[in-house]
Amino acid sequence: MTEESAGGVAKRFLYVNRRAPYGTIYALESLEVVLIGAAFEQDVSLAFLGDGVYQLTKGQDTKGLEVKNFSPTFRALEDYDVTKLYVEKEALEARGLTEADLVVPVEVVGAERMAEIMEAQDVILSF
Amino acid sequence: MKFSILVNEGPYTHQASDTAFQFVKAALAKGHEIYRVFFYHDGVNNGTRLTVPPQDDRNIVKRWSELAAEHKLDLVVCIAAAQRRGLMDKSEAKRNGKDADNIAPGFRISGLGQLIEAGIQAERLVVFGD
Repeated sequence: MTEESAGGVAKRFLYVNRRAPYGTIYALESLEVVLIGAAFEQDVSLAFLGDGVYQLTKGQDTKGLEVKNFSPTFRALEDYDVTKLYVEKEALEARGLTEADLVVPVEVVGAERMAEIMEAQDVILSF
Repeated sequence: MKFSILVNEGPYTHQASDTAFQFVKAALAKGHEIYRVFFYHDGVNNGTRLTVPPQDDRNIVKRWSELAAEHKLDLVVCIAAAQRRGLMDKSEAKRNGKDADNIAPGFRISGLGQLIEAGIQAERLVVFGD
């Protein structure tokens, strides 16, 4: 399950985002781990399940909440070589969303494929 | 087996904090290694020595401190999460101009890199949260 990289053995890290972006701090603090973790040159993927798909939606306006809108940060992930973003198809559909509603390019996968992606990981951090 | 542990919830408010402790205790009793316990989100509140639970209740913070002393556990509190929630050691208090610190014995404050490294070094990273 591991592969050799320039710095030694890279592990497969999957960050599972299950919660809406606001209301709790989990989504924001998850993204903070992703950004720090990117420096470790591991094989990184992000998964968005359930209400977690809302983290990626366009047009977020948090002024009334008086919290920071952190959705633009997802667009910066590419600069950190974090490019594998998987979004659960069923979660999008249940919420009336499509890939066009999201701020970054993603791979939309069904729940079964998502299970396979999880199975292939070394480390899963669930937020 | 070599385990790393992530604790994402606070003491007394969520079962995750108790279950993480019981898991670590049981793993050590079976001869497993705990590489690191990392406290994130409200989990950082497991590391405040100012907690005063009722006398007939378990003392979650003291329990971690004692287990750390007995087994030389590495209990790491995330610095970014700790700063938001008011958990400080002496040097952090001084650096941020605060008049007190509250970190419990056996805990140390460090960065999120310690969580990633814990995931790299351990054979299993087990997450306790909601």
